[in-house]
Amino acid sequence: MLRVEGIDVYYGDLQALREVSLEVNRGEVVAVIGSNGAGKSTLLRTVSGILRPRRGQIMFNAANISQARTSRIVEQGISHVPEGRQIFPTMTVLENLEMGAQFPRTQKVQQETLAQVYAIFPRLKERRSQKAGTLSGGEQQMLAMGRGLMARPALMMLDEPSLGLAPLLVSKIFEIIQHIHRQGTAILLIEQNVFHSLKIADRGYVLENGQIVLSGSGRQLLENPHIRKTYLGL
Amino acid sequence: MDPHLALQLIIQGILLGGIYGLIALGLSLIFGVMGVINFAHGQMMVMAMYVSYWLFILLSLDPYLSLVGAAAAVFVLGYLIQATVVNRILDYPEAMQVLPLVAMGLILENMALLFWGPDHRSPQTALSLQTLWVGPVMIDVSRLIAFVLAIAITILIFIFLKKTNIGKCIRAAADNRTGAILVGIDVDRIYNTSFALGAATTGAAGVLLLPLMPLSPHMGHDFTLTAFIVVILGGMGNLIGALVGGLILGLAESVATLFLPATLKQVVSFSLLVVIMLFRPQGLFGGKK
Ligand SMILES: Nc1ncnc2c1ncn2[C@@H]1O[C@H](COP(=O)(O)OP(=O)(O)OP(=O)(O)O)[C@@H](O)[C@H]1O
Ligand SMILES: [Mg+2]
Repeated sequence: MLRVEGIDVYYGDLQALREVSLEVNRGEVVAVIGSNGAGKSTLLRTVSGILRPRRGQIMFNAANISQARTSRIVEQGISHVPEGRQIFPTMTVLENLEMGAQFPRTQKVQQETLAQVYAIFPRLKERRSQKAGTLSGGEQQMLAMGRGLMARPALMMLDEPSLGLAPLLVSKIFEIIQHIHRQGTAILLIEQNVFHSLKIADRGYVLENGQIVLSGSGRQLLENPHIRKTYLGL
Repeated sequence: MDPHLALQLIIQGILLGGIYGLIALGLSLIFGVMGVINFAHGQMMVMAMYVSYWLFILLSLDPYLSLVGAAAAVFVLGYLIQATVVNRILDYPEAMQVLPLVAMGLILENMALLFWGPDHRSPQTALSLQTLWVGPVMIDVSRLIAFVLAIAITILIFIFLKKTNIGKCIRAAADNRTGAILVGIDVDRIYNTSFALGAATTGAAGVLLLPLMPLSPHMGHDFTLTAFIVVILGGMGNLIGALVGGLILGLAESVATLFLPATLKQVVSFSLLVVIMLFRPQGLFGGKK
Protein backbone atom coordinates (compact mmCIF):
# COMPACT_ATOMS: atom_id res chain seq x y z
CA MET A 1 0.00 0.00 0.00
CA LEU A 2 2.74 2.45 1.02
CA ARG A 3 6.16 2.06 -0.56
CA VAL A 4 8.99 4.38 0.35
CA GLU A 5 11.77 3.89 -2.18
CA GLY A 6 15.28 5.04 -1.34
CA ILE A 7 14.52 8.55 -0.14
CA ASP A 8 17.12 11.13 0.86
CA VAL A 9 15.77 14.01 2.94
CA TYR A 10 17.61 17.14 4.00
CA TYR A 11 17.10 20.04 6.35
CA GLY A 12 19.10 22.64 4.46
CA ASP A 13 22.53 21.04 4.13
CA LEU A 14 21.91 18.52 6.89
CA GLN A 15 20.99 15.11 5.59
CA ALA A 16 18.39 13.52 7.89
CA LEU A 17 17.48 10.41 5.86
CA ARG A 18 19.78 8.33 3.63
CA GLU A 19 18.28 5.98 1.06
CA VAL A 20 15.46 4.95 3.33
CA SER A 21 13.16 2.29 1.91
CA LEU A 22 10.19 0.80 3.67
CA GLU A 23 6.89 -0.76 2.95
CA VAL A 24 3.52 -1.06 4.64
CA ASN A 25 1.06 -3.56 3.23
CA ARG A 26 -2.67 -3.59 3.61
CA GLY A 27 -3.69 -4.80 7.07
CA GLU A 28 -0.21 -4.57 8.59
CA VAL A 29 1.17 -2.96 11.71
CA VAL A 30 4.68 -1.77 10.95
CA ALA A 31 6.92 -0.30 13.63
CA VAL A 32 9.89 1.98 13.09
CA ILE A 33 12.21 2.22 16.05
CA GLY A 34 15.29 4.30 16.61
CA SER A 35 16.86 6.57 19.19
CA ASN A 36 16.48 10.35 19.46
CA GLY A 37 17.41 12.17 16.31
CA ALA A 38 17.49 9.02 14.18
CA GLY A 39 15.11 10.55 11.67
CA LYS A 40 11.84 8.85 12.58
CA SER A 41 9.69 11.98 12.59
CA THR A 42 11.44 13.20 9.46
CA LEU A 43 10.32 10.02 7.72
CA LEU A 44 6.67 10.62 8.61
CA ARG A 45 6.85 14.31 7.72
CA THR A 46 8.15 13.33 4.30
CA VAL A 47 5.40 10.80 3.69
CA SER A 48 2.90 13.53 4.68
CA GLY A 49 4.36 15.95 2.17
CA ILE A 50 5.59 18.49 4.73
CA LEU A 51 9.15 17.72 3.66
CA ARG A 52 10.23 16.70 0.17
CA PRO A 53 12.65 13.90 -0.65
CA ARG A 54 15.62 15.11 -2.67
CA ARG A 55 16.03 11.61 -4.15
CA GLY A 56 13.81 8.55 -4.22
CA GLN A 57 10.06 8.37 -4.27
CA ILE A 58 7.00 7.55 -2.22
CA MET A 59 4.22 5.47 -3.70
CA PHE A 60 0.77 5.08 -2.19
CA ASN A 61 -1.63 2.67 -3.88
CA ALA A 62 0.35 2.93 -7.11
CA ALA A 63 0.28 6.75 -7.12
CA ASN A 64 3.50 8.70 -6.72
CA ILE A 65 2.88 11.08 -3.82
CA SER A 66 6.46 12.36 -3.41
CA GLN A 67 5.50 15.83 -4.63
CA ALA A 68 1.81 15.85 -3.68
CA ARG A 69 0.34 18.48 -1.36
CA THR A 70 -0.41 17.35 2.17
CA SER A 71 -4.14 17.92 1.67
CA ARG A 72 -4.10 15.53 -1.32
CA ILE A 73 -2.18 12.94 0.67
CA VAL A 74 -4.65 13.09 3.56
CA GLU A 75 -7.54 12.91 1.11
CA GLN A 76 -6.09 9.77 -0.42
CA GLY A 77 -6.15 8.06 2.96
CA ILE A 78 -3.00 8.72 4.97
CA SER A 79 -3.51 10.21 8.45
CA HIS A 80 -0.52 11.48 10.40
CA VAL A 81 -0.90 11.72 14.18
CA PRO A 82 2.12 13.88 14.82
CA GLU A 83 4.77 14.17 17.46
CA GLY A 84 3.55 16.53 20.18
CA ARG A 85 -0.10 15.94 19.23
CA GLN A 86 -0.56 19.35 17.54
CA ILE A 87 -4.20 19.67 18.54
CA PHE A 88 -6.11 22.98 18.39
CA PRO A 89 -6.03 24.15 22.03
CA THR A 90 -8.62 26.96 21.92
CA MET A 91 -11.14 24.89 20.01
CA THR A 92 -13.46 22.39 21.66
CA VAL A 93 -12.87 18.66 21.53
CA LEU A 94 -15.76 18.30 19.10
CA GLU A 95 -14.41 21.08 16.85
CA ASN A 96 -11.00 19.42 16.86
CA LEU A 97 -12.59 16.20 15.69
CA GLU A 98 -14.66 17.98 13.05
CA MET A 99 -11.47 19.49 11.67
CA GLY A 100 -10.28 15.97 10.98
CA ALA A 101 -12.96 15.58 8.32
CA GLN A 102 -11.91 18.05 5.62
CA PHE A 103 -13.09 16.43 2.43
CA PRO A 104 -16.46 15.55 0.89
CA ARG A 105 -15.63 11.86 1.19
CA THR A 106 -15.15 12.18 4.96
CA GLN A 107 -17.74 14.88 5.61
CA LYS A 108 -20.50 12.75 4.15
CA VAL A 109 -19.96 10.11 6.82
CA GLN A 110 -18.85 12.51 9.54
CA GLN A 111 -21.58 11.69 12.07
CA GLU A 112 -21.03 7.98 11.66
CA THR A 113 -17.25 8.33 12.04
CA LEU A 114 -17.75 10.55 15.06
CA ALA A 115 -19.86 7.86 16.72
CA GLN A 116 -17.11 5.32 16.04
CA VAL A 117 -14.46 7.63 17.47
CA TYR A 118 -16.56 8.23 20.57
CA ALA A 119 -17.00 4.46 20.93
CA ILE A 120 -13.22 4.02 20.92
CA PHE A 121 -12.60 7.04 23.16
CA PRO A 122 -15.61 7.50 25.47
CA ARG A 123 -13.57 10.11 27.34
CA LEU A 124 -13.65 12.37 24.28
CA LYS A 125 -17.43 12.18 24.20
CA GLU A 126 -17.64 13.24 27.84
CA ARG A 127 -15.29 16.14 27.14
CA ARG A 128 -16.67 17.14 23.76
CA SER A 129 -17.59 20.73 24.72
CA GLN A 130 -14.39 21.36 26.62
CA LYS A 131 -11.48 23.36 25.17
CA ALA A 132 -8.87 20.92 23.93
CA GLY A 133 -6.07 22.86 25.65
CA THR A 134 -7.51 21.95 29.05
CA LEU A 135 -7.28 18.18 28.44
CA SER A 136 -4.66 16.03 30.17
CA GLY A 137 -1.72 14.73 28.14
CA GLY A 138 -3.32 11.33 27.70
CA GLU A 139 -6.62 12.84 26.62
CA GLN A 140 -4.81 15.08 24.15
CA GLN A 141 -3.17 12.02 22.64
CA MET A 142 -6.57 10.38 22.32
CA LEU A 143 -7.89 13.53 20.68
CA ALA A 144 -5.03 13.60 18.20
CA MET A 145 -5.73 9.97 17.32
CA GLY A 146 -9.48 10.59 17.13
CA ARG A 147 -8.89 13.57 14.84
CA GLY A 148 -6.72 11.34 12.64
CA LEU A 149 -9.48 8.74 12.47
CA MET A 150 -12.01 11.37 11.32
CA ALA A 151 -10.14 11.38 7.99
CA ARG A 152 -11.09 7.70 7.56
CA PRO A 153 -7.53 6.69 6.80
CA ALA A 154 -6.47 3.52 5.06
CA LEU A 155 -3.07 4.07 6.71
CA MET A 156 -2.55 5.75 10.05
CA MET A 157 0.92 6.97 10.97
CA LEU A 158 1.52 7.51 14.68
CA ASP A 159 4.55 9.42 15.96
CA GLU A 160 5.41 8.35 19.51
CA PRO A 161 1.84 8.14 20.77
CA SER A 162 2.90 6.85 24.19
CA LEU A 163 5.46 9.58 24.88
CA GLY A 164 5.11 11.09 28.34
CA LEU A 165 2.16 8.94 29.40
CA ALA A 166 1.80 6.92 32.61
CA PRO A 167 2.40 3.15 32.19
CA LEU A 168 -1.27 2.27 32.51
CA LEU A 169 -2.19 4.74 29.77
CA VAL A 170 0.64 3.48 27.57
CA SER A 171 -0.91 0.00 27.62
CA LYS A 172 -4.28 1.51 26.89
CA ILE A 173 -2.95 3.42 23.86
CA PHE A 174 -1.35 0.27 22.49
CA GLU A 175 -4.62 -1.59 22.94
CA ILE A 176 -6.43 1.12 21.04
CA ILE A 177 -3.90 0.99 18.23
CA GLN A 178 -4.54 -2.73 17.91
CA HIS A 179 -8.26 -2.09 17.95
CA ILE A 180 -7.98 0.47 15.14
CA HIS A 181 -5.86 -2.01 13.22
CA ARG A 182 -8.44 -4.79 13.63
CA GLN A 183 -11.06 -2.49 12.14
CA GLY A 184 -9.06 -2.49 8.92
CA THR A 185 -6.60 0.40 9.12
CA ALA A 186 -2.94 -0.26 8.42
CA ILE A 187 -0.60 1.25 11.01
CA LEU A 188 2.85 2.79 10.70
CA LEU A 189 3.99 3.22 14.27
CA ILE A 190 6.98 5.15 15.49
CA GLU A 191 7.99 4.45 19.04
CA GLN A 192 10.75 4.65 21.57
CA ASN A 193 8.79 2.07 23.53
CA VAL A 194 10.53 -0.67 21.60
CA PHE A 195 9.24 -3.67 23.50
CA HIS A 196 5.58 -2.75 23.30
CA SER A 197 5.65 -1.71 19.66
CA LEU A 198 7.57 -4.71 18.36
CA LYS A 199 5.16 -6.96 20.21
CA ILE A 200 2.16 -5.63 18.32
CA ALA A 201 3.98 -5.12 15.01
CA ASP A 202 3.87 -7.54 12.11
CA ARG A 203 7.14 -6.12 10.89
CA GLY A 204 9.62 -3.56 12.06
CA TYR A 205 12.48 -1.38 10.86
CA VAL A 206 15.37 0.03 12.85
CA LEU A 207 16.47 3.51 11.91
CA GLU A 208 19.90 4.75 13.02
CA ASN A 209 21.46 8.03 11.91
CA GLY A 210 19.01 8.37 9.08
CA GLN A 211 19.53 4.87 7.69
CA ILE A 212 17.59 1.64 7.98
CA VAL A 213 20.03 -0.76 9.58
CA LEU A 214 17.76 -3.70 10.33
CA SER A 215 14.35 -4.97 9.41
CA GLY A 216 12.32 -8.08 10.01
CA SER A 217 9.23 -9.43 11.67
CA GLY A 218 8.35 -8.06 15.08
CA ARG A 219 9.39 -11.29 16.73
CA GLN A 220 12.70 -11.54 14.85
CA LEU A 221 13.61 -8.05 15.91
CA LEU A 222 12.66 -8.68 19.52
CA GLU A 223 15.07 -11.61 19.53
CA ASN A 224 17.84 -9.78 17.70
CA PRO A 225 20.91 -9.38 19.95
CA HIS A 226 21.70 -5.85 18.69
CA ILE A 227 18.19 -4.67 19.51
CA ARG A 228 18.14 -6.46 22.84
CA LYS A 229 21.39 -4.79 23.80
CA THR A 230 20.88 -1.29 22.37
CA TYR A 231 17.15 -0.69 22.71
CA LEU A 232 15.96 -3.09 25.39
CA GLY A 233 19.00 -2.96 27.68
CA LEU A 234 19.00 -6.71 28.13
CA MET B 1 -17.14 71.39 34.08
CA ASP B 2 -20.34 71.19 32.10
CA PRO B 3 -21.91 67.76 32.76
CA HIS B 4 -23.79 67.89 29.48
CA LEU B 5 -20.61 68.44 27.57
CA ALA B 6 -18.97 65.56 29.44
CA LEU B 7 -21.89 63.26 28.62
CA GLN B 8 -21.73 64.38 25.04
CA LEU B 9 -18.05 63.56 24.81
CA ILE B 10 -18.50 60.20 26.49
CA ILE B 11 -21.15 59.22 23.98
CA GLN B 12 -19.14 60.50 21.03
CA GLY B 13 -16.12 58.63 22.30
CA ILE B 14 -17.94 55.35 22.65
CA LEU B 15 -19.45 55.72 19.18
CA LEU B 16 -16.04 56.40 17.63
CA GLY B 17 -14.56 53.61 19.76
CA GLY B 18 -16.78 51.05 18.05
CA ILE B 19 -15.14 51.93 14.75
CA TYR B 20 -11.66 51.85 16.30
CA GLY B 21 -12.61 48.41 17.55
CA LEU B 22 -13.54 47.28 14.04
CA ILE B 23 -10.27 48.56 12.58
CA ALA B 24 -8.33 46.85 15.33
CA LEU B 25 -10.32 43.65 14.92
CA GLY B 26 -8.87 43.25 11.45
CA LEU B 27 -5.33 43.85 12.70
CA SER B 28 -5.82 41.46 15.59
CA LEU B 29 -7.28 38.77 13.35
CA ILE B 30 -4.27 38.98 11.04
CA PHE B 31 -1.89 38.85 13.97
CA GLY B 32 -3.79 36.06 15.69
CA VAL B 33 -3.75 33.82 12.64
CA MET B 34 -0.31 34.49 11.17
CA GLY B 35 1.66 36.25 13.87
CA VAL B 36 2.25 39.14 11.49
CA ILE B 37 1.61 42.79 12.29
CA ASN B 38 0.05 44.47 9.30
CA PHE B 39 1.86 47.80 9.13
CA ALA B 40 -0.15 48.68 6.04
CA HIS B 41 -3.43 48.38 7.92
CA GLY B 42 -4.47 52.03 7.98
CA GLN B 43 -3.38 52.47 4.39
CA MET B 44 -5.63 49.60 3.34
CA MET B 45 -8.46 51.31 5.13
CA VAL B 46 -7.79 54.49 3.17
CA MET B 47 -7.96 52.53 -0.08
CA ALA B 48 -11.47 51.39 0.78
CA MET B 49 -12.39 54.96 1.65
CA TYR B 50 -11.29 56.22 -1.77
CA VAL B 51 -13.18 53.44 -3.52
CA SER B 52 -16.29 54.39 -1.62
CA TYR B 53 -15.66 58.12 -2.13
CA TRP B 54 -15.39 57.75 -5.89
CA LEU B 55 -18.46 55.59 -6.12
CA PHE B 56 -20.20 58.41 -4.30
CA ILE B 57 -18.86 61.13 -6.60
CA LEU B 58 -19.27 59.24 -9.86
CA LEU B 59 -22.45 57.29 -9.23
CA SER B 60 -23.91 59.20 -6.27
CA LEU B 61 -23.88 55.93 -4.41
CA ASP B 62 -24.19 56.56 -0.69
CA PRO B 63 -21.15 55.19 1.25
CA TYR B 64 -23.43 52.89 3.25
CA LEU B 65 -24.47 51.28 -0.02
CA SER B 66 -20.95 50.95 -1.37
CA LEU B 67 -19.65 49.56 1.92
CA VAL B 68 -19.81 45.96 0.80
CA GLY B 69 -18.23 46.74 -2.57
CA ALA B 70 -15.41 48.78 -1.07
CA ALA B 71 -14.74 46.12 1.55
CA ALA B 72 -14.73 43.50 -1.21
CA ALA B 73 -12.17 45.52 -3.18
CA VAL B 74 -9.87 45.64 -0.16
CA PHE B 75 -10.56 41.94 0.46
CA VAL B 76 -9.08 41.22 -2.96
CA LEU B 77 -6.18 43.58 -2.28
CA GLY B 78 -5.49 41.84 1.03
CA TYR B 79 -5.70 38.41 -0.57
CA LEU B 80 -3.16 39.40 -3.19
CA ILE B 81 -0.79 41.00 -0.68
CA GLN B 82 -0.84 37.87 1.45
CA ALA B 83 -0.41 35.53 -1.50
CA THR B 84 2.43 37.48 -3.10
CA VAL B 85 4.28 39.02 -0.16
CA VAL B 86 3.27 37.94 3.31
CA ASN B 87 3.25 34.17 2.74
CA ARG B 88 6.92 34.45 1.78
CA ILE B 89 8.02 36.21 4.94
CA LEU B 90 6.13 34.24 7.58
CA ASP B 91 9.16 32.23 8.66
CA TYR B 92 11.43 35.25 8.88
CA PRO B 93 12.32 36.86 12.21
CA GLU B 94 9.70 39.39 13.29
CA ALA B 95 11.98 42.38 12.78
CA MET B 96 12.37 41.41 9.13
CA GLN B 97 8.63 41.04 8.61
CA VAL B 98 8.19 44.71 9.46
CA LEU B 99 9.92 46.09 6.38
CA PRO B 100 7.88 44.52 3.58
CA LEU B 101 4.66 45.53 5.27
CA VAL B 102 5.80 49.07 6.02
CA ALA B 103 6.85 49.21 2.37
CA MET B 104 3.43 47.98 1.32
CA GLY B 105 1.88 50.77 3.37
CA LEU B 106 4.08 53.36 1.67
CA ILE B 107 3.22 51.99 -1.75
CA LEU B 108 -0.50 52.15 -1.04
CA GLU B 109 -0.21 55.63 0.42
CA ASN B 110 1.67 56.94 -2.58
CA MET B 111 -0.66 55.24 -4.97
CA ALA B 112 -3.51 57.09 -3.30
CA LEU B 113 -1.52 60.31 -3.65
CA LEU B 114 -0.85 59.59 -7.31
CA PHE B 115 -4.41 58.68 -8.21
CA TRP B 116 -6.34 61.12 -6.09
CA GLY B 117 -3.94 63.94 -5.23
CA PRO B 118 -3.09 65.42 -1.85
CA ASP B 119 -6.39 67.24 -1.27
CA HIS B 120 -8.57 66.64 1.72
CA ARG B 121 -11.99 65.54 0.60
CA SER B 122 -15.22 65.51 2.58
CA PRO B 123 -18.16 63.96 0.81
CA GLN B 124 -21.45 65.63 1.67
CA THR B 125 -23.58 62.54 2.00
CA ALA B 126 -27.27 62.65 2.79
CA LEU B 127 -26.66 62.04 6.45
CA SER B 128 -23.28 63.65 6.98
CA LEU B 129 -24.62 66.75 8.70
CA GLN B 130 -27.74 65.40 10.32
CA THR B 131 -27.94 65.33 14.06
CA LEU B 132 -30.21 63.90 16.66
CA TRP B 133 -31.01 65.33 20.08
CA VAL B 134 -31.38 62.94 22.95
CA GLY B 135 -32.34 65.20 25.87
CA PRO B 136 -29.49 67.67 26.14
CA VAL B 137 -27.07 65.54 24.13
CA MET B 138 -26.47 65.99 20.43
CA ILE B 139 -25.52 62.93 18.41
CA ASP B 140 -24.36 62.89 14.78
CA VAL B 141 -26.59 60.50 12.91
CA SER B 142 -23.74 59.21 10.79
CA ARG B 143 -21.69 58.55 13.90
CA LEU B 144 -24.51 56.54 15.41
CA ILE B 145 -25.01 54.54 12.22
CA ALA B 146 -21.27 53.92 12.02
CA PHE B 147 -21.26 52.60 15.56
CA VAL B 148 -24.24 50.32 15.05
CA LEU B 149 -22.85 48.92 11.80
CA ALA B 150 -19.39 48.49 13.29
CA ILE B 151 -20.82 46.43 16.13
CA ALA B 152 -23.00 44.47 13.70
CA ILE B 153 -20.00 43.67 11.48
CA THR B 154 -17.99 42.66 14.53
CA ILE B 155 -20.74 40.26 15.58
CA LEU B 156 -20.97 38.85 12.05
CA ILE B 157 -17.25 38.16 12.05
CA PHE B 158 -17.52 36.38 15.38
CA ILE B 159 -20.34 34.23 14.05
CA PHE B 160 -18.37 33.56 10.86
CA LEU B 161 -15.35 32.36 12.83
CA LYS B 162 -17.44 30.32 15.24
CA LYS B 163 -19.90 28.62 12.92
CA THR B 164 -18.72 28.34 9.34
CA ASN B 165 -16.31 25.75 8.07
CA ILE B 166 -13.87 28.34 6.71
CA GLY B 167 -14.10 30.21 10.01
CA LYS B 168 -13.21 27.06 11.90
CA CYS B 169 -10.32 26.38 9.55
CA ILE B 170 -9.05 29.91 10.22
CA ARG B 171 -9.17 29.27 13.96
CA ALA B 172 -7.49 25.90 13.53
CA ALA B 173 -4.67 27.44 11.47
CA ALA B 174 -4.30 30.16 14.12
CA ASP B 175 -4.17 27.58 16.90
CA ASN B 176 -1.69 25.20 15.37
CA ARG B 177 -0.27 25.53 11.89
CA THR B 178 1.25 22.03 11.78
CA GLY B 179 -1.96 20.47 13.04
CA ALA B 180 -3.95 22.35 10.43
CA ILE B 181 -1.67 21.24 7.60
CA LEU B 182 -1.83 17.64 8.78
CA VAL B 183 -5.62 17.42 8.80
CA GLY B 184 -5.48 18.53 5.17
CA ILE B 185 -6.32 22.22 5.44
CA ASP B 186 -4.72 24.29 2.67
CA VAL B 187 -3.11 26.64 5.16
CA ASP B 188 -1.73 29.05 2.56
CA ARG B 189 -5.21 29.60 1.21
CA ILE B 190 -6.61 30.02 4.72
CA TYR B 191 -3.87 32.59 5.40
CA ASN B 192 -4.80 34.49 2.24
CA THR B 193 -8.42 34.46 3.31
CA SER B 194 -7.58 35.62 6.83
CA PHE B 195 -5.48 38.53 5.65
CA ALA B 196 -8.17 39.43 3.16
CA LEU B 197 -10.82 39.29 5.85
CA GLY B 198 -8.72 41.46 8.16
CA ALA B 199 -8.25 43.94 5.32
CA ALA B 200 -11.95 43.94 4.43
CA THR B 201 -12.80 44.59 8.06
CA THR B 202 -10.64 47.67 8.23
CA GLY B 203 -11.96 48.68 4.82
CA ALA B 204 -15.53 48.53 6.09
CA ALA B 205 -14.52 50.59 9.11
CA GLY B 206 -12.99 53.18 6.79
CA VAL B 207 -16.19 53.54 4.82
CA LEU B 208 -18.08 54.09 8.08
CA LEU B 209 -15.60 56.87 8.92
CA LEU B 210 -16.05 58.56 5.57
CA PRO B 211 -18.92 60.87 6.60
CA LEU B 212 -17.12 61.69 9.85
CA MET B 213 -13.75 63.02 8.79
CA PRO B 214 -12.01 64.45 5.76
CA LEU B 215 -10.27 61.90 3.55
CA SER B 216 -6.64 62.33 2.55
CA PRO B 217 -3.89 59.99 1.29
CA HIS B 218 -1.77 60.46 4.40
CA MET B 219 -4.32 59.60 7.04
CA GLY B 220 -3.47 55.89 6.96
CA HIS B 221 -0.48 56.04 9.36
CA ASP B 222 -2.48 57.39 12.22
CA PHE B 223 -4.98 54.63 11.91
CA THR B 224 -2.32 51.93 11.67
CA LEU B 225 -1.00 53.33 14.92
CA THR B 226 -4.43 53.61 16.52
CA ALA B 227 -5.24 50.03 15.59
CA PHE B 228 -1.89 48.88 16.90
CA ILE B 229 -2.43 50.59 20.24
CA VAL B 230 -5.93 49.17 20.53
CA VAL B 231 -4.65 45.68 19.81
CA ILE B 232 -1.95 45.98 22.46
CA LEU B 233 -4.50 47.37 24.86
CA GLY B 234 -6.88 44.46 24.36
CA GLY B 235 -4.27 41.73 23.96
CA MET B 236 -2.52 40.78 20.70
CA GLY B 237 -4.69 38.43 18.68
CA ASN B 238 -7.60 38.65 21.12
CA LEU B 239 -10.70 39.69 19.17
CA ILE B 240 -12.92 40.61 22.11
CA GLY B 241 -9.95 42.59 23.39
CA ALA B 242 -9.85 44.53 20.12
CA LEU B 243 -13.46 45.60 20.49
CA VAL B 244 -13.20 46.61 24.14
CA GLY B 245 -9.81 48.23 23.54
CA GLY B 246 -11.36 50.28 20.75
CA LEU B 247 -14.15 51.49 22.99
CA ILE B 248 -11.69 52.43 25.72
CA LEU B 249 -9.40 54.34 23.38
CA GLY B 250 -12.30 56.15 21.69
CA LEU B 251 -13.65 57.14 25.07
CA ALA B 252 -10.28 58.23 26.42
CA GLU B 253 -9.46 60.33 23.36
CA SER B 254 -12.83 62.00 23.42
CA VAL B 255 -13.00 62.76 27.12
CA ALA B 256 -9.43 64.03 27.08
CA THR B 257 -10.51 66.95 24.91
CA LEU B 258 -12.02 68.35 28.10
CA PHE B 259 -8.52 68.83 29.44
CA LEU B 260 -6.26 68.90 26.42
CA PRO B 261 -6.32 70.64 23.07
CA ALA B 262 -7.61 68.26 20.37
CA THR B 263 -4.27 68.36 18.57
CA LEU B 264 -2.73 66.57 21.56
CA LYS B 265 -5.10 63.62 21.12
CA GLN B 266 -2.22 61.24 20.52
CA VAL B 267 -0.78 62.04 23.92
CA VAL B 268 -3.74 60.15 25.30
CA SER B 269 -3.30 57.05 23.21
CA PHE B 270 0.42 56.89 23.84
CA SER B 271 -0.04 57.41 27.58
CA LEU B 272 -2.56 54.62 27.59
CA LEU B 273 -0.08 52.44 25.73
CA VAL B 274 2.69 53.20 28.24
CA VAL B 275 0.45 52.46 31.19
CA ILE B 276 -0.65 49.15 29.69
CA MET B 277 2.90 48.13 28.85
CA LEU B 278 3.94 48.89 32.42
CA PHE B 279 1.16 47.16 34.29
CA ARG B 280 -0.33 44.60 31.95
CA PRO B 281 1.96 43.93 29.00
CA GLN B 282 -0.15 40.99 27.84
CA GLY B 283 -3.10 43.37 27.34
CA LEU B 284 -6.39 43.58 29.21
CA PHE B 285 -7.71 40.28 27.92
CA GLY B 286 -4.44 38.43 27.42
CA GLY B 287 -3.02 37.66 24.03
CA LYS B 288 -0.93 35.28 21.99
CA LYS B 289 2.87 34.76 22.23
N1 LIG C 1 13.40 21.55 11.48
C1 LIG C 1 14.64 21.01 11.51
N2 LIG C 1 15.69 21.74 11.06
C2 LIG C 1 16.93 21.21 11.07
N3 LIG C 1 17.22 19.99 11.50
C3 LIG C 1 16.22 19.22 11.97
C4 LIG C 1 14.88 19.70 11.99
N4 LIG C 1 14.09 18.74 12.52
C5 LIG C 1 14.92 17.70 12.79
N5 LIG C 1 16.19 17.99 12.47
C6 LIG C 1 17.35 17.08 12.61
O1 LIG C 1 17.12 15.93 11.82
C7 LIG C 1 17.50 14.76 12.51
C8 LIG C 1 16.33 13.80 12.62
O2 LIG C 1 15.30 14.41 13.40
P1 LIG C 1 13.93 13.70 13.72
O3 LIG C 1 13.07 14.69 14.39
O4 LIG C 1 13.42 13.07 12.49
O5 LIG C 1 14.37 12.58 14.74
P2 LIG C 1 13.49 11.55 15.56
O6 LIG C 1 14.00 10.21 15.22
O7 LIG C 1 12.06 11.80 15.33
O8 LIG C 1 13.90 11.90 17.04
P3 LIG C 1 13.01 11.95 18.37
O9 LIG C 1 12.95 10.56 18.89
O10 LIG C 1 13.80 12.83 19.27
O11 LIG C 1 11.68 12.50 18.03
C9 LIG C 1 18.03 15.23 13.86
O12 LIG C 1 19.44 15.26 13.77
C10 LIG C 1 17.47 16.59 14.03
O13 LIG C 1 18.37 17.40 14.77
MG1 LIG D 1 10.54 12.46 16.48
